[in-house]
Amino acid sequence: MLDQINSSLRRVPTWIVYLLGVLPAAWVIFSGLSAIDPVRAIEWGLGLWAVRQLIAALLITPQRRVGLNHQRFRRQLGLVAFAYVVLHFTAWLTIDMGLRWSQILPDLYKRWYIVIGMSALLLLIPLAVTSNNWSIRRLGPKNWNRLHKLTYLATALGMVHFLMVGKVYTFEVLTYAAILGVLLGIRVWRNGPQSLMPV
Amino acid sequence: MTFKPDLNWSDVTPQSAFLNRRQIIATAGAALLAGPALAKSQYSTNDAPNTFEEITNYNNYYEFGTDKADPAANAGGFKTVPWSVTVDGLVDKPGTYDLGDLLAGLTSEERVYRFRCVEAWSMIIPWQGVQLSSLIQKLGPQPGAKFVAFETVVRPEEMIGQQRNILEWPYREGLRMDEAMNPLTLLATGLYGKDLPNQNGAPIRLVTPWKYGFKSIKAIVRISFTDKMPQTTWNMMAAREYGFYANVNPQVDHPRWSQASERRIGAGLFAGRQDTLMFNGYGDQVAGLYSGMDLAANY
Repeated sequence: MLDQINSSLRRVPTWIVYLLGVLPAAWVIFSGLSAIDPVRAIEWGLGLWAVRQLIAALLITPQRRVGLNHQRFRRQLGLVAFAYVVLHFTAWLTIDMGLRWSQILPDLYKRWYIVIGMSALLLLIPLAVTSNNWSIRRLGPKNWNRLHKLTYLATALGMVHFLMVGKVYTFEVLTYAAILGVLLGIRVWRNGPQSLMPV
Repeated sequence: MTFKPDLNWSDVTPQSAFLNRRQIIATAGAALLAGPALAKSQYSTNDAPNTFEEITNYNNYYEFGTDKADPAANAGGFKTVPWSVTVDGLVDKPGTYDLGDLLAGLTSEERVYRFRCVEAWSMIIPWQGVQLSSLIQKLGPQPGAKFVAFETVVRPEEMIGQQRNILEWPYREGLRMDEAMNPLTLLATGLYGKDLPNQNGAPIRLVTPWKYGFKSIKAIVRISFTDKMPQTTWNMMAAREYGFYANVNPQVDHPRWSQASERRIGAGLFAGRQDTLMFNGYGDQVAGLYSGMDLAANY
């Protein structure tokens, strides 16, 4: 059964992830345009999908333990997640803040949830830039792996940003935090806390 | 030859006039509720109101869920008839009143107010209601009464959000007596000429347009006159973020976000932001209430 899934997954081209990755954004924007507050709907929706996809990327390796191998799709998933983070940030800058730089620039260092969200975005940039075979050869697998452990920190910061942005902790946001906690916990439990750090 | 109408939509009787006509007819017998309701209040803004759809489908009312669409979706089964309000504390006429009795003899009028949420969005809302001052005068506060406290109904079976302790129920709010007596302070029972929809705080809610929206407590069942500053829900939840006064103030930021600007709901995807006004633009009416106070400390 697992072998069957794995062998059929092997025949799926990886670019499918990019194609599927466009759908949530299309839905968020399309449905957001008819919302009472399209700005919030689109900005929030893109951020929510960024969190979901960052978490999805962390789901791949644990599934391998139970014999399901999606490893081939991890790069594409990570890049799609990064694209959502960038789109979410762009939405904040443009439709939410209306490019009011006098307010945006102080926000970037004064507001903790923005500082934390921005840090997650900045940490993901080197990962996105090196998500290609050439970079793996160039850095060597060991260094490349170390660098890409920043995923854990970036995703955790993104989650903290998500927790901080609301007025209360809703069931929804706590659910995502719990899932991420489990995914990081599995790694600490199996490989020790240093496995989450780029050392 | 095709028929070409020479009438435009502007020739249609405006809804407000049409509703007012009906109101005149309806209240012709009741001598007490007369003309003044029809005149435009000096306190109303000239800004164009948000649509009924916007006002009734974008609500923060955690008793019905935390999403802004939740109250419209979940408040349908909420029963507002009969409704009684308990008046207690330092007041001459305490008791439990039927809502109709409580408001009997008070003049209802329309007030088109700016509404500024602490989350930095805003709307323009055509409320109907009575000045809180008129009710307070009717109830007769005692000299020791320095504050008025309000509570929202607790009915977890009808208010799905109350089934979890996301806030400490009942929702509580309060005003200093001079704030409560300010002519801007309204007890709203309607909007757009209709009964207040459930998701907007039916059957009766507070409206304090110079304060952040969370001060405007909904579905009120208790009004208490006290000598001590009452506890208020969001202040109990996070005192550093939500003060008792909660006056709209572009210079005093929420710890997590700026209050310098706001997004007007309904302005469109690319409308950007507008500057937030001190006291939400009601400084002429209310700035005097706070003279000499440090508004950064008393946020």
